Amino acid sequence: MTSERANPQTLSALDRPNSYIGKTVPRPNLDRLMQGRGLYVSDIELPRMAHVVFLRSPHAHARIVGIETSAAKQMTGVIAVVSGRELSTVITPWVGVLSHLKGLKSAPQSAIAVDRVCWQGEAVAAVVAASRAQAEDAAEHVLVEYEELHAVTDMRTALDPATPVIHASLGDNLAFERIHDAGAVDQAFAESDEVVEAEFVFGRHTGVTLEPRAVVADWNAAEARLTIYQGTQAPHMVQNIAALHLGLKESQVRVVCKDVGGSFGIKVHIYADEMATYALSKLLRRPVKFVADRVESFNTDIHARDHRCKGKIGVKRDGTIMAFEIDDLTGIGPYSMYPRTSAIEANQVVNLVGGPYVTGNYRARARVVFQNKNVMCQYRAVGHPIACSVTEGLVDLAAMKIAMDPVEIRRRNLIADDAYPCASPSGLRFEQLSHHATLAKLVQMMDYDALRAEQAALRARNIHRGIGIASFIEVTNPSAAFYGVGGAKISSQDGVAVRVDAQGSVICQTSITEQGQGSESLTAQIVGSVLGVSMDRVRVILGDTDNTPYGGGTWASRGAGIGGEAALQAAKVLRKNILDVAAAVLQSTPSELDIVNNAVVNVVDGAPRIDLSELARIVYFRPDTLPPGIQPELMATRHFVPREYPFAFTNGVQASWLELDPDTGFVKLLKHWVVEDCGTIINPQLVDEQIRGGVVQGLGAALFEKCVYDERGQLTNANMADYLVPMSGEMPDIDVGHVVTPTLESELGAKGAGEAGTAGAAAAVTNAVNDALRPFETIITEIPLTPQVILTALGRI
Amino acid sequence: MKASAFGYARATSVADALELLTAYGERAKVLSGGQSLVPAMNLRLVAPELIVDIGELTELRGVSLKGGVLTIGALTRHADLLKSPEIAAHAPLLKDAVAHVAHPAIRNRGTIGGSLAHADPASELPACMLTLGAIIIARGPGGERRIAANEFFVGIYETALTPQELLVAVELPVIPKSSTHFFQEFARRHGDYAIVGLAAQASIKDGRFADLRLGFFAVGDRSLLAKSASKLVDVAVTSAVLSEAASALDDELDPLEDQQATPAMRRHLAKVLLTRCVSLLLARPDLRAGASA
Ligand SMILES: Cc1cc2nc3c(=O)[nH]c(=O)nc-3n(C[C@H](O)[C@H](O)[C@H](O)COP(=O)(O)OP(=O)(O)OC[C@H]3O[C@@H](n4cnc5c(N)ncnc54)[C@H](O)[C@@H]3O)c2cc1C
Repeated sequence: MTSERANPQTLSALDRPNSYIGKTVPRPNLDRLMQGRGLYVSDIELPRMAHVVFLRSPHAHARIVGIETSAAKQMTGVIAVVSGRELSTVITPWVGVLSHLKGLKSAPQSAIAVDRVCWQGEAVAAVVAASRAQAEDAAEHVLVEYEELHAVTDMRTALDPATPVIHASLGDNLAFERIHDAGAVDQAFAESDEVVEAEFVFGRHTGVTLEPRAVVADWNAAEARLTIYQGTQAPHMVQNIAALHLGLKESQVRVVCKDVGGSFGIKVHIYADEMATYALSKLLRRPVKFVADRVESFNTDIHARDHRCKGKIGVKRDGTIMAFEIDDLTGIGPYSMYPRTSAIEANQVVNLVGGPYVTGNYRARARVVFQNKNVMCQYRAVGHPIACSVTEGLVDLAAMKIAMDPVEIRRRNLIADDAYPCASPSGLRFEQLSHHATLAKLVQMMDYDALRAEQAALRARNIHRGIGIASFIEVTNPSAAFYGVGGAKISSQDGVAVRVDAQGSVICQTSITEQGQGSESLTAQIVGSVLGVSMDRVRVILGDTDNTPYGGGTWASRGAGIGGEAALQAAKVLRKNILDVAAAVLQSTPSELDIVNNAVVNVVDGAPRIDLSELARIVYFRPDTLPPGIQPELMATRHFVPREYPFAFTNGVQASWLELDPDTGFVKLLKHWVVEDCGTIINPQLVDEQIRGGVVQGLGAALFEKCVYDERGQLTNANMADYLVPMSGEMPDIDVGHVVTPTLESELGAKGAGEAGTAGAAAAVTNAVNDALRPFETIITEIPLTPQVILTALGRI
Repeated sequence: MKASAFGYARATSVADALELLTAYGERAKVLSGGQSLVPAMNLRLVAPELIVDIGELTELRGVSLKGGVLTIGALTRHADLLKSPEIAAHAPLLKDAVAHVAHPAIRNRGTIGGSLAHADPASELPACMLTLGAIIIARGPGGERRIAANEFFVGIYETALTPQELLVAVELPVIPKSSTHFFQEFARRHGDYAIVGLAAQASIKDGRFADLRLGFFAVGDRSLLAKSASKLVDVAVTSAVLSEAASALDDELDPLEDQQATPAMRRHLAKVLLTRCVSLLLARPDLRAGASA
């Protein structure tokens, strides 16, 4: 890792001699996971626990004529077979809209379909049995009579008058439309020397988590309380929604989230089958477990990125970008997802296109339409890969047209590093970005000129390599502007409580969650650094609405920036409280004392004065020996939310170096570089691995991943053999570099890093493929870039 | 994704296994490495009443060489083939091919008998059997049958085996010292089934093919021993000769459509493989440059 402080600051609470900030330290949870002592939802066994299997619709759109359950109910182990109508006595339907997304509409969705199924995979009945196998056996004996209805599958014709309307009550299949017009777009195009247009097509894909979605719901009728064990990114959101639709108070719902095997945004939503599981537990008055299998995960985990986006760019011969224009169309399935809605992705595309560049001339339209396919919603880097591929694809096409080097055109148009604060063409406010510093660093890391020379030499030998560059911005640390203002009870603030136990160890409860990205580690690092306590003495508790402060959880790259700042502030208060008591005990003053390595020491000479364990002993067991009037508070709580900027934007740039075989259409990724700026880096290794993991998901989108639907709305590759996730053998080395521009909104200065890799990887690869294809005079603006797509573009087949 | 209930029997001898297969017929399934059968059962694509596990029949595992014939027991794992010195010396094509079969964990369990009995048209091993002229040995209630590889594979997942028969071994003639081979396949990811592949064995004399066997896979409902190979034997291969062979190959292929490739793409890739194979085996880069379109 390389990093440079663009903004050196005065010594803060974090720059202490024994600080863990900026250091690669092993995660505290590593041993637990490596020794197989993690606790995933599938590991949970409760007394009298039953298993539910959902019978799912084989049709994309059909009326349910009848459900015959009597044979299934007779089968061994079966506890209940429940239809949507029966379940609706315990749980109410929902509508996935937010008031700040003006005009967004959707239809009421039920936990289990009532009367009609709207996508292949929607649950039509729940079979609850003593074991999963018995429930599956019985599900084969539930007979459902369907009357097939016309399936609306092609987003391009979804709005045609001839296309049936999926939800008659909505009037049409348009869920949401946003139009944006800034600057003087027509004039800018008129004044351009070249105007280039292209249509960008993105494959619908999904985030494939190692651990599928899973939930155990345990309704305790005696306590009138529901405990939900679930692998979720947002426990308090789940608590709110479950209570709302089951007619309970939030205090009657506890959500516990232990270890989670990957989320990527897949587990930040409320799914119908999870709601059905909560309701079944209440209905049957016993614990019920639901673990999605791989096939149903493909059919029901949210999909994303099914977009067709027309783009247009105007450019002067000197490289000045004059204007961007886009027209984006996306199909989201039959319902807007709950509660974050399925309009956010298209909305983000409009927000982000052209974002790294100076031009203020920008026109956009985004339309979001219903279709009879699985629901789409937010997946890692929501909207970013679309916006980045369109923007960076257009910039490269413009460069090609005026015969300018792709790096040069970016140098001439990226917002200058000293131009901040400023706003994007869509009106987003930037506090401080570092496009030019990151680009300069990238060019140096990849040795751009040498690579270009190598490319030219190889081309002469009929070896076709390509270089692709993609600048990007990333939305992180969202304030209430994301969901709260739209009426969703999704908290944008987070809280941390820190306390000293009776032996001087530290217990820290935080409302952010851990899905493998290192929330536990970063929290312990911050708390340990501020307090002067070694990390092995800091225990972090998260994922339990009964036992953590209230907060948003982990999504939109917010854990470090928001939860981390709350931890910092809470630890500062606790530190002060500790020094106050210590000063009283030692007959000193707090300003003369510090805490280093689990002991209170003199500031001047570092001489140890009293161990934290000894101080805790006095506080908890011999308070009688303290001077009168001293009431120690060895616990402190703080909350944090960004107020000044709606989002802390980060920025960066990626590059791909690859080889394309024009005979076979196969692409071999040779190398990938990322330089990003997430502000203060707490743990370099965790940040780098977030970037790499994100890149890999972006490379999957670029080359492999696609949910293939047929024209009848059947998902035809719902398994791990046919849906191709990227595997290590195909992945290149990924070099990560950093420029560090801390946000001034917090003392910590950390912005998010979780989505940067995914944001730009596919754009870099697509640009590199088109660079490799230059001698063949063809351009591809469709991903995944499969051999079939490439050979077709080359006219070889 | 739980299999439906099934009975399980661990065979103690080949005779015991055959007895069970005779009694149950189509209602039973042999379990070898389980790498194809178990996923299919978990997806409930098959629901056998009885599983006959032959995993303990050690006499079916191993490679031996006798009188110019390599005998490979049905239970020989893919990983065994990779490590076997006999295979490396006398059937190096097979060693190269097995490296492309799945991933190490799967190769540690998957068996040659299971792979051949499974008869996936995109699988490497059936094509190797055609190319190497293998004899497949099956034992059934009526005794032993020796089936030539080109008669063994009859369609997608279909072989000449009856439900009462057990594949016990394959025999491969040891390849002549002068013989050389070529193995290549196109797959989207390492370890995936191929989009198209070629397992070739050849003898070359004075820059010409004295013998050429081209076993293509994933080009139809089963592997194909290309007759068009004969167009390249005993002639001075020129670009014209090669492209004539390629168009003859085209006529022989009947590729299927799937999510990875259209038939047209498979035809194209088969011809690319043919060109690469011939150019490499004859050490003639000029042939490749000329025929890349
Ligand atoms: C992720 C993955 C990737 C894979 N990739 C590839 C690949 O690239 N190429 C490839 O070729 N294979 C691939 N395979 C399949 C693998 O090679 C299997 O090992 C092989 O197909 C079957 O061998 P098995 O011993 O596991 O057979 P099993 O699964 O035990 O049996 C397969 C079938 O053959 C029958 N059978 C087994 N043994 C006998 C016998 N002795 N006599 C009669 N019938 C028998 C069974 O009843 C069953 O119908 C892959 C598998 C997986 C899981």
